[in-house]
Amino acid sequence: MAIKIVYKHKLATRWMHWINFPILTVMIWSGILIYWANDVYEISIGKTVLVKFFPESFYQTFHITHRLSEGMAFHFVFMWLFMINGLLYVMYTIVTGEWRYLLPNRNSLKESFQVILHDLHIRKTAPPQLKYNAAQRIAYTMIVLMGFGSLLTGFAIYKPVQIQWLTNICGGYEWARAEHFILTVGYVLFFVIHIIQVILAGWNNFRAMVAGFEVIKDKNKTQTK
Amino acid sequence: MKELIVDEATAKKFKRKSILAFVVFFAMIGLAWAGWKWLGNQPLDNGIRGGIPKPLRKVLDINEEVYSGLYSTKRLVKEYPKSAAAKKARVNGDVGLGTDDFDPATWKLQIVKTGGDTLFLTMEDIKKLPKIDVVHNFKCIEGWSQITWWSGVRFSELIKKYGLDKETKMKYVGMNTPDEEYYVGIDMPSILQPQTILAYELNGKPLPMNQGYPLRLIIPVKYGVKHLKRIGTITFANERPPDYWAERGYDYYTGL
Repeated sequence: MAIKIVYKHKLATRWMHWINFPILTVMIWSGILIYWANDVYEISIGKTVLVKFFPESFYQTFHITHRLSEGMAFHFVFMWLFMINGLLYVMYTIVTGEWRYLLPNRNSLKESFQVILHDLHIRKTAPPQLKYNAAQRIAYTMIVLMGFGSLLTGFAIYKPVQIQWLTNICGGYEWARAEHFILTVGYVLFFVIHIIQVILAGWNNFRAMVAGFEVIKDKNKTQTK
Repeated sequence: MKELIVDEATAKKFKRKSILAFVVFFAMIGLAWAGWKWLGNQPLDNGIRGGIPKPLRKVLDINEEVYSGLYSTKRLVKEYPKSAAAKKARVNGDVGLGTDDFDPATWKLQIVKTGGDTLFLTMEDIKKLPKIDVVHNFKCIEGWSQITWWSGVRFSELIKKYGLDKETKMKYVGMNTPDEEYYVGIDMPSILQPQTILAYELNGKPLPMNQGYPLRLIIPVKYGVKHLKRIGTITFANERPPDYWAERGYDYYTGL
């Protein structure tokens, strides 16, 4: 029986991916500690509040209250790691040409719908793909852009006088804060879908994110080109 | 993507490689967890009043170096028309505003000069200086902001008038409330910024008691925590003067 080894993720990609995970966790956690001090956001229709960010029970469960100074301290220390890791990743994809696998192309939008239909078991076949399918291309490019957005909106709130032009681009101080928050909600949604997809994709896919390669035993089951 | 077709023996090698990768993976998780625990167990920078783990404070101080290096006194805070100012300015703190031993009639601003002499200024002395308006978006460290209209004298103007040039060569300014319950320390470049004022009016009327009557600091390049209400004493120093909120774990610089 022939066994196929498929090299999927480069060493640098894997390191930066996994380093990002705890850093982003600390950023989101400390961000919530900060947000608590002025927790004004909610989603509502008319006067009916659909989602309140956040209910008291949430704060109590995760011990969020009265920790603003702690939150700020962690946020303004770990932001450097988040920034450096993110910029290194972008530079890495540019230099190595990995961006070719990542950036959506002109077929990606159409194909991503086909991928979603396939994932939902509505469509039998998935469109042909390279390392990432069309939906992944869009999602992974979006998440990098969102990271960049967090960096920019973050600095817009953090230094609204010294980097005033940036705050103005964001639509002002209050808007920058809201955008910074919305992007974070976006990460959490991404994370939920990401985890579900990783579980569904199975062991081989996960191993590739740790060891770098997939081991494919049955030729007929080959998914990657 | 690169592919290899391998036989059983080579596949075993890859299996070992894969196991090794997971060993490293879990070791890194353990290391990250240990690092996190270590950070959490570090002594606080202020054991009495709370504070933050010392390594975090160290980085915040490095941040200060970065931002004060990029800071320019010439960069002005956006100003608004007076009509945009809130009719009711939010009140968000009363430390140092106890009324027990405060007598507005005998209040004088005390400026301690480097030689040790103290200048005593009355409200009349201060009002003799040119009065300017600052209508800016006041930003609280909690995350809210409000456009407010303050009037008073430029700090830099006061310095000029009373010949305090020698004092401005120092690195920091310290301010206390008369009861010394609230105190702030501010870097010299920020306090000399032209929109930093000693304010005696809010919305064109004398400051209310809860906004720091008779005189408070308005320093738009900082968060509200530095805008000390009811100034009693002003000092100058090369070392950081004590700062109420920095002692409680907040960043000392808090420059916007």
